[in-house]
Amino acid sequence: MDHVESTTSKVTGKLPTEEIDSVVIRFAGDSGDGMQLTGTQFTQATALQGNDLATFPDFPAEIRAPAGTTFGVSAFQIQFASFDVLTPGDAPDALVAMNPAALRVHLKDLPRGGLLIVNSGAFTPGNLKKAGYETNPIEDGSLDGYRLVSVDISKATLAATQPFGLSQKEALRCKNMWTLGLAFWLYDRDRQSTIDGLRKQFAKRPEIADANIAALNAGHAYGETIELPSGMSRLIVPKAKYEPGLYRNTTGNEATAWGLIAGCQSAGIPMMLGSYPITPASDILHYLSALKHFGVVTFQAEDEIAAICAAIGASFSGSLGVTTTSGPGMALKTEAMGLAVVTELPLVIVDIQRGGPSTGLPTKTEQSDLLQAVVGRNADTPLAVLAAATPGDCFTLAIEAVRIATKYMTPVILLTDGYLANGAEPWRIPEASALPKFPVHLRTEAAGFHPFLRDPDTLGRAWAVPGTPELLHRIGGLEKDYDSGNISYDAANHHKMTKTRAAKIAGIARDIPLQTVHEGEDSGDMLVVSWGSTYGAVLQGVRNARRRGLKVSHAHVRYMSPFPRNLGEVLSRFKKILVPEMNNGQLVKLLRAEYLAPAEGFNKISGQPFRVSEIESKIRETLEA
Amino acid sequence: MSEQLVTLSRKDFVSDQEVRWCPGCGDYAILAAVQKVMPEFQVPREKTVFVSGIGCSSRFPYYMNTYGFHTIHGRAPAVATGIKLANPELDVWVATGDGDGLSIGGNHLMHALRRNVDLKILLFNNRIYGLTKGQYSPTSVLGQKTKSTPFGVVDHPMSPVAFALGANARFVARTIDVLTTKHMPDMLRRTHDHKGASFLEIFQNCNVFNDGAFDYFVEKDVAADRQLFLEHGKPMVFGAKRDKGLRLKPGKLELEVVQLGDNGVTEADVLVHDETNLPLAFLLGQLEPPEFPIALGVLYCNPAPTYERMVHDQVNATREKLGAGDLDKLFRAGNTWKVG
Repeated sequence: MDHVESTTSKVTGKLPTEEIDSVVIRFAGDSGDGMQLTGTQFTQATALQGNDLATFPDFPAEIRAPAGTTFGVSAFQIQFASFDVLTPGDAPDALVAMNPAALRVHLKDLPRGGLLIVNSGAFTPGNLKKAGYETNPIEDGSLDGYRLVSVDISKATLAATQPFGLSQKEALRCKNMWTLGLAFWLYDRDRQSTIDGLRKQFAKRPEIADANIAALNAGHAYGETIELPSGMSRLIVPKAKYEPGLYRNTTGNEATAWGLIAGCQSAGIPMMLGSYPITPASDILHYLSALKHFGVVTFQAEDEIAAICAAIGASFSGSLGVTTTSGPGMALKTEAMGLAVVTELPLVIVDIQRGGPSTGLPTKTEQSDLLQAVVGRNADTPLAVLAAATPGDCFTLAIEAVRIATKYMTPVILLTDGYLANGAEPWRIPEASALPKFPVHLRTEAAGFHPFLRDPDTLGRAWAVPGTPELLHRIGGLEKDYDSGNISYDAANHHKMTKTRAAKIAGIARDIPLQTVHEGEDSGDMLVVSWGSTYGAVLQGVRNARRRGLKVSHAHVRYMSPFPRNLGEVLSRFKKILVPEMNNGQLVKLLRAEYLAPAEGFNKISGQPFRVSEIESKIRETLEA
Repeated sequence: MSEQLVTLSRKDFVSDQEVRWCPGCGDYAILAAVQKVMPEFQVPREKTVFVSGIGCSSRFPYYMNTYGFHTIHGRAPAVATGIKLANPELDVWVATGDGDGLSIGGNHLMHALRRNVDLKILLFNNRIYGLTKGQYSPTSVLGQKTKSTPFGVVDHPMSPVAFALGANARFVARTIDVLTTKHMPDMLRRTHDHKGASFLEIFQNCNVFNDGAFDYFVEKDVAADRQLFLEHGKPMVFGAKRDKGLRLKPGKLELEVVQLGDNGVTEADVLVHDETNLPLAFLLGQLEPPEFPIALGVLYCNPAPTYERMVHDQVNATREKLGAGDLDKLFRAGNTWKVG
């Protein structure tokens, strides 16, 4: 029978409601428990409720790790608030643990006094042993100090789904919906979007939809009748204040896919994606292969090399070649990137960074491919590199990558990471007609043509594609003569071509926004410089430090190569420069090398994003040093 | 204006670049044969693209006055796949070699053939790495002495045609660089006319690092007895006197050479070539002189829908079903909410 225990006295009956600014909740369970689905459904309902939010899905590399083990635990954290949410939150206010392993892995992050909901039905001797518990933590007092709600969710789910004639295994799979129902009740979320989603998802098996909905409703009803630990209220988080507009949730991978399509529409050329499956980039391939009606051709290649080579071939033919990958795939594509640099073809390479080296931590986030992107090729092989700050920024920068690639005839690397790829945030939907337009002009005039004829402003070469009469030409990996585009082994010519390729990329700096200081004064004691997905945590850390009276400013870099042309000057206005990165110090090296700036690194290489508190205390420590 | 209506000649396909192969190289003969047959195809030069990887063979595109892309080692089939996918109207040729196509690029070649991308693939097989000055290749023979095998090759060679057939290629043919007047041009024509991935192996003599590699079936005194020219629907007869034939060994899936006239054997007993018979193509592809003649001509031809056609059919069908993609609709699909 369902039971409720707590370390404090109990309150019966309807709970009071309380309004608060923000809540962080983490769902954790076995990889087979459906925690990611629970999280995304909760996210959807929360967005529709009008809160701002940020999410952090955290799951193992194994698809179905052995049940009940700690390495098979999958989690999903969301912060939602009435204010501008920048991160999924440092520590959860509430933790849902669907089994002992999930409790074992995640309890350390729950502050004392936090709400802890556990599925007591999964706390069997076998599961306890697998999680390394000698005694049952629900019963041995070790959870004293948390607001514990212990419910046999398995049993309650079986009871709720009993009328629908499912097998026990199928019925138990509904327990994530029961849990979601309870969470919906606790945080006053509407169930309708989930119900609609289940009806659609299981249209062919209505009994499964019915059972899931019954479980969802049962969990919600349980909330109505529950005895909860004292001091607890049903929490109401008022709507956030957004800029007016139409909103939806989006993840970084979805936004990247859409940005690439939008960019190609802006350029007026078709897109050809060459890709090879790799975590955490595969979703972009999935999204784009479902969007064929946009004229997108997707090609799942035999390997990473073929993926980029096919994209290069497509660019040679007048499409925009795009390839999407992650660190190990980037390494394999390196030689082909050199070919795209020397043949000066437009190409967009999206690297969803993950933990490395080698296979590393496939499902965990990291920003350790920056140096690989900027300089990681044989010879002097410059190209443009952009880095997205948020899931929504992936859309903006994907368009920008297409613009730069086609205008300057160069490969562009767009860096995102696992955290951005899978994390969701509300995104203000743009009007397609308001997106930037940058139509490509393919060369058709024969007079004076040679393939390496350059635009004097951009230094981009003429793009003449097969099928164009009178512009027959050959390109390739061998060095070209500056004046004719023919093969040339001439020493002075190679020097000139190397300098020209470098000048072309450097010149992009004239065509991108100046670096701004986002938060704080334009000069002073200390500047925190971030890039990529650490944007939210770093900004919040700086804001918190400033609220406590510390003199610190924040600049976030999105253009990694070339850097904004005033970046060195911005850096020079501060005495100390702190560069937090989820790697062993890469941007910090570039800043020191480029500007002789006294930049110091702050590194976290745990596969987990920075916490706001970590940034804040490092700022204090650095200022006091 | 397109060149479609203009009659082109061999010279129109000769680029202004100086050819830099070694004097006496078999590649000259191949280039001449290609330039000779190109005008027959009535394909405007601007719709023709030659793609290559790295190696002696891969200099080919520079010498053709068409569009061309000299890519990186082994990757020509992948680049060519992208070119063809982006513009299926183009006539796309791949020039590759035994090192480029079968060693570093074996994976790409296999998959281009398997997918049946409409590419005309010419594999120049000289059984040696020429451009790196003489190391052994995946088709070098056991015992062959090269710069990197001074005591002889100890790894077993592969058969390019068997590889292609195993990759499910729908067109596999073979010729020799010395057959310049008729056979090589004919094979180039067949290679071009086949819709889908066509694979033509050309035995090509490297007179600097592996001279005479094919003499054992090319030399005048042995050629007729060691070369079998396959023709669809014709009996497999060969020999200086046209008095030898191939037939199945009774009761076995194995070929044997028979002497016509001996023991009452007549041409009627000899196997008739069937280009659409895959097991037969495999058997023919494995024949090695001196025991057997080398099989030349079209070993296998069995067209199937091409990859790029199916890709674009799917794009078009999706457009027809869902309408042309509309970003505003895409962004607004699913759950949205309005603020302010």
